[in-house]
Amino acid sequence: MRLYGQDIRSRLLIGTALYPSPAVMEQALRASGAEIVTVSLRREAAGGKAGAAFWGIVSALGAKVLPNTAGCRTVRDAVTTAQMARELFGTPWIKLEVIGDDETLQPDVVGLVEAAEILIRDGFEVFPYCTDDLTVVSRLLDVGCQVVMPWAAPIGTGKGLVNPYALRTLRARFPEVPMIIDAGLGAPSHAAQALEMGFDAVLLNTAIAKAGNPVAMARAFRLAVEAGRTAYEAGLMPPRDLASPSTPVVGTPFWHAAAP
Amino acid sequence: MQPKKRVTVVGAGIAGTWQALLFAKAGYEVTLLESGDPSLAQAAAYWAGGMVAPDCEAETAEPVVVRLGRRSLDLWRSYLPEMPVTGSLVVAHARDRADFERFARLTSGHERVGAQRLGELEPALAGRFRDALFFPNEAHVEPRRVLRLLHRQLEAAGATIRFGTTADPRRLDGTVIDCRGLAARDVFPDLRGVRGEVALLETQEVALSRPVRLIHPRWPIYVVPRPGGRFLVGATSIESEDAGPVTVRSALELLTAAYSLHPGFGEARVLELGAGLRPAFPDHAPRIRIDGERIAVNGLYRHGFLLAPALAELTLAYVQNGTRNEEVMGWS
Repeated sequence: MRLYGQDIRSRLLIGTALYPSPAVMEQALRASGAEIVTVSLRREAAGGKAGAAFWGIVSALGAKVLPNTAGCRTVRDAVTTAQMARELFGTPWIKLEVIGDDETLQPDVVGLVEAAEILIRDGFEVFPYCTDDLTVVSRLLDVGCQVVMPWAAPIGTGKGLVNPYALRTLRARFPEVPMIIDAGLGAPSHAAQALEMGFDAVLLNTAIAKAGNPVAMARAFRLAVEAGRTAYEAGLMPPRDLASPSTPVVGTPFWHAAAP
Repeated sequence: MQPKKRVTVVGAGIAGTWQALLFAKAGYEVTLLESGDPSLAQAAAYWAGGMVAPDCEAETAEPVVVRLGRRSLDLWRSYLPEMPVTGSLVVAHARDRADFERFARLTSGHERVGAQRLGELEPALAGRFRDALFFPNEAHVEPRRVLRLLHRQLEAAGATIRFGTTADPRRLDGTVIDCRGLAARDVFPDLRGVRGEVALLETQEVALSRPVRLIHPRWPIYVVPRPGGRFLVGATSIESEDAGPVTVRSALELLTAAYSLHPGFGEARVLELGAGLRPAFPDHAPRIRIDGERIAVNGLYRHGFLLAPALAELTLAYVQNGTRNEEVMGWS
């Protein structure tokens, strides 16, 4: 998988929030095999010395950092946060979130396109968190995004792929664009499903961080992502309406044949 | 008769106070040194909730924390028999139902109570929640008052307490127990501060007889009743070593949580808003590091009142007869 010119082997990206402790976070990250971690900047980084110890732990993980603009509600907010993140982490990567509704945390897709355009002009490599709307994705690509991150379901709901039809349409319409399913995944089977559909990767946080055993759950997601991707590459059989025996009926001894 | 063996404890927060107390009661000649004044306003304990809640903490804490916490509860009971052991309650608003069920699944020692029983336990909460988790075997103390009480017990046992005395444990002779919290980074390079913010409220409109935890998607928010119609609402948990005053956002979250628990908190007075840094290791479990006669106890994180007595007992057992508890001393 190639994201803004960088080759990434792991198709699982994970967040760094909500773990019981940094030690558990570190073990979960290792178990997941993820090469990219997202970090939220908004709260922890306010002020100079804030969070230095925690950043130390995150950077010691050796993973690529994808800072995000979680919690930003306006274009200006998101742009400022992205600039702070670039300075702090020394990366042009930014997972762009502009929240449009407090109850559902639904992305403000209009603001998202506007912010993406500003940031790309400023030299950022933008990973926009968007809905599964085809036109929105098309606009994001128009302004220069080379990766998009459509949601499976609203953040933190764990509902899985609530609109597979829209996601399938997206995948079919933009087969060459790296697409990472972000938000709403609750179970490893959801991740497998996304990969089977041909999406390039998944990003999740809560499903691992708040599992009874986050480290074991991280491993479960890693296996599911590998299974899903392998299945996609192997080529899934198309579903059909009528039963079709895997053993030819021809040659079945006549006394086994059903009575007319 | 042998002369009494001397022990110096550095740091009079909750960890150091318990160390000093158990050593003094065991017959050692104890000196407790504290850089701050007797108010202990700079100690993490000053802003603590003061809950001794091993069962609830099992939600996120390592098993060793829960085990030590259960032992601490016994020690609190024997040294402070007047401590209220009224249990604690966990409630959730309808939209956080999934997190409530998760909390129930990850903890033990609770019973699920319906609306009626909840109303009997806490009349103020009658009709406000469909059900709750009741943890009967948990206790709570008022940290500032209890620290004073323990210091008095300590002096009655013959120990000396010196406030306003900054000491470097490496320059002290004899057995030294270093309980300096975040100041002990020279001994523990991987110690970090985790910011916690609390609000102290006062109202006569709400009465609670036990701590109530409100399920919150990010932090365990609790309301702990204090004598005189006071309530401590805490606590945020932020990866920051900024010990500055409470932010607007945190104040909003804490006060909203209290108000959503009971509208009577709408008219409560805000007596204090405060922030402190909890000393924590990456696994959020405590450590006792042994280096000859110098012993360092640290990383009590959010669990100072839950862990301090049991850790003191482990240190005492080590000094008296060399018993090592590898779970907390394995780092030495």
